[in-house]
Amino acid sequence: MRSHRGRVWTSRVALTLATLCALFGLGLLFLILYDIASHGFKSLSLSLLTEDPAGPMGGGGLKGAFLGQGLLTLVATLVGAPLGILAGTYLAEYGRDKRFAKMVLNLCDLAMSLPSIVVGIFVYSILVKPMGGFNGWAGAAALAIIMIPLVTRTTESMLAMVPWTLREAALALGSPYYKVIIQIVYRKAASGILTGVLLAIARIAGETAPLMFTSFNNNYFELNMNRPVPSITVSVYQYAGSPYEAWISQAWAAALVVTGVVLFLSVLGRLAVKWRS
Amino acid sequence: MTLRKLFNRLFYLLTLLAAASLVFLTAGVLVTLVVESKPGFERFGFIKFLLSSDWNYSKEMFGAFRPLTGTVLAALGAVVLATPVALGVAVFLTELCPSKLKSPISLAIELLAAIPSIIYGLWGLFVLAPFLENYFQPLMGKVFGGLPVIGGYFATKVAGGLNLVTASMVLAVMILPFIASLAREGFAQVPDVLKESAYGLGATTWETIAAVVWPSSQRAVVGGIIMAAGRALGETMAVAYVIGNRHGALDSIFSPYVTITSVIANEFNEAGPTQMSALFYLTLALFLANLVVLSLARRLMRK
Repeated sequence: MRSHRGRVWTSRVALTLATLCALFGLGLLFLILYDIASHGFKSLSLSLLTEDPAGPMGGGGLKGAFLGQGLLTLVATLVGAPLGILAGTYLAEYGRDKRFAKMVLNLCDLAMSLPSIVVGIFVYSILVKPMGGFNGWAGAAALAIIMIPLVTRTTESMLAMVPWTLREAALALGSPYYKVIIQIVYRKAASGILTGVLLAIARIAGETAPLMFTSFNNNYFELNMNRPVPSITVSVYQYAGSPYEAWISQAWAAALVVTGVVLFLSVLGRLAVKWRS
Repeated sequence: MTLRKLFNRLFYLLTLLAAASLVFLTAGVLVTLVVESKPGFERFGFIKFLLSSDWNYSKEMFGAFRPLTGTVLAALGAVVLATPVALGVAVFLTELCPSKLKSPISLAIELLAAIPSIIYGLWGLFVLAPFLENYFQPLMGKVFGGLPVIGGYFATKVAGGLNLVTASMVLAVMILPFIASLAREGFAQVPDVLKESAYGLGATTWETIAAVVWPSSQRAVVGGIIMAAGRALGETMAVAYVIGNRHGALDSIFSPYVTITSVIANEFNEAGPTQMSALFYLTLALFLANLVVLSLARRLMRK
């Protein structure tokens, strides 16, 4: 047996190292936030949101890209959220002991872990190539595909948390199962489902790779979903890769806005769980 | 009465259809990738494609060796760099952190995992890469450059700071919060009674962690690390910025290289038909690698 003092010192050294790791890790991550904020605020202005793109000499903004990204995210959410909620409902309510539901759950996990660029490539082959060109619908579809498994998973676990006695009580009063689900179970799990949807929106709002091969980008103000639709993330990618100082600083400013929106949605989603439904 | 039965049936079918859409989606992805990479498969074969380091646009010869090794090396490097720090963070959070600070720090870590990858890429390109080029690379060259045989692998041969090490570091920063929060969950699931009995026997805090907490959470934590490796494999935007995108031999860890995702991101929109099918073939390889990693992680995480 080692001496007591030796053991205490080993413990102290190890725990100090763990604390230093934590400080280093947290410091690094806050450093990134600081870098984004300090670079971003320098070139952040209202014209970034309200003006059309200008040449590389400076000025102008990314109005179209912001609106385009909003439109793509909106369409993706309108398709992805209901589909995800319904699929989660099937898994939690109807498929509890079915083998098909188990398989769907496994595939859901696989779909959740799919690299987003794979989704982009997939949508390119089914919605861009046959249509003859990049279009907004394809971009929204790619985002929706990323969203569905995320919402399915959270909905499933939120519905499973609603006690069975509640359903039994409502069924015993004579209401049909679909009414029990819609009026009792959904209401009880509403805040949890909302959290899932908000976090999924936060996830797709910052996606770049799936948009590069689907909605592509567009330097003009274009909100026709049959044509390439500009997006802020793809614009950041292109501007940051350019040799022009003015575009690079606009990329930082846009990145700050994207980070702000994503973090806001993530915090909102976490707060939503705590709301009483 | 019948109307009500009809609605009951309809709602059931609606949810069933939504659940089935997940099956169609995943099957659709696999089938599409297989169909689209068929010309590539016919032209380059399987083993030959994996082992060939060709990437020749004019001769239209493409091989997966470099993108594949780049992907694996970058992800491996990221896991090696991130894991010790992430485990330190997790130990700190579960065993040392004052309870008042616990939830704000956990929240901060989770929020950092939510930051989109393009943001990390931007940071890597404009902040990390110049820093590494100016300070880290010369230092490593001085320290290890004199070693026989492997010394050359620490030399800076291409300026710019965009290389395999930079990519690994950006990926490490990205997966750090992910590993930390999974490990924290794993550690937190160890029952307090177990820890208390170790303390009761006179064990120090570190001995309790090493002899009680780690053995009973090991599988979950390793599963989480593998899951993080899977994320690093498929990560695109952050890597595409900082890997350098050069189809050349990897003659130093500070040389620009390629990964599957960086090649796709940079070349897909301008690719000719043969190159396109090679890119689909690479995507299929990424899909399968991701599948293997995911099933491994899930097997470990399930008790």
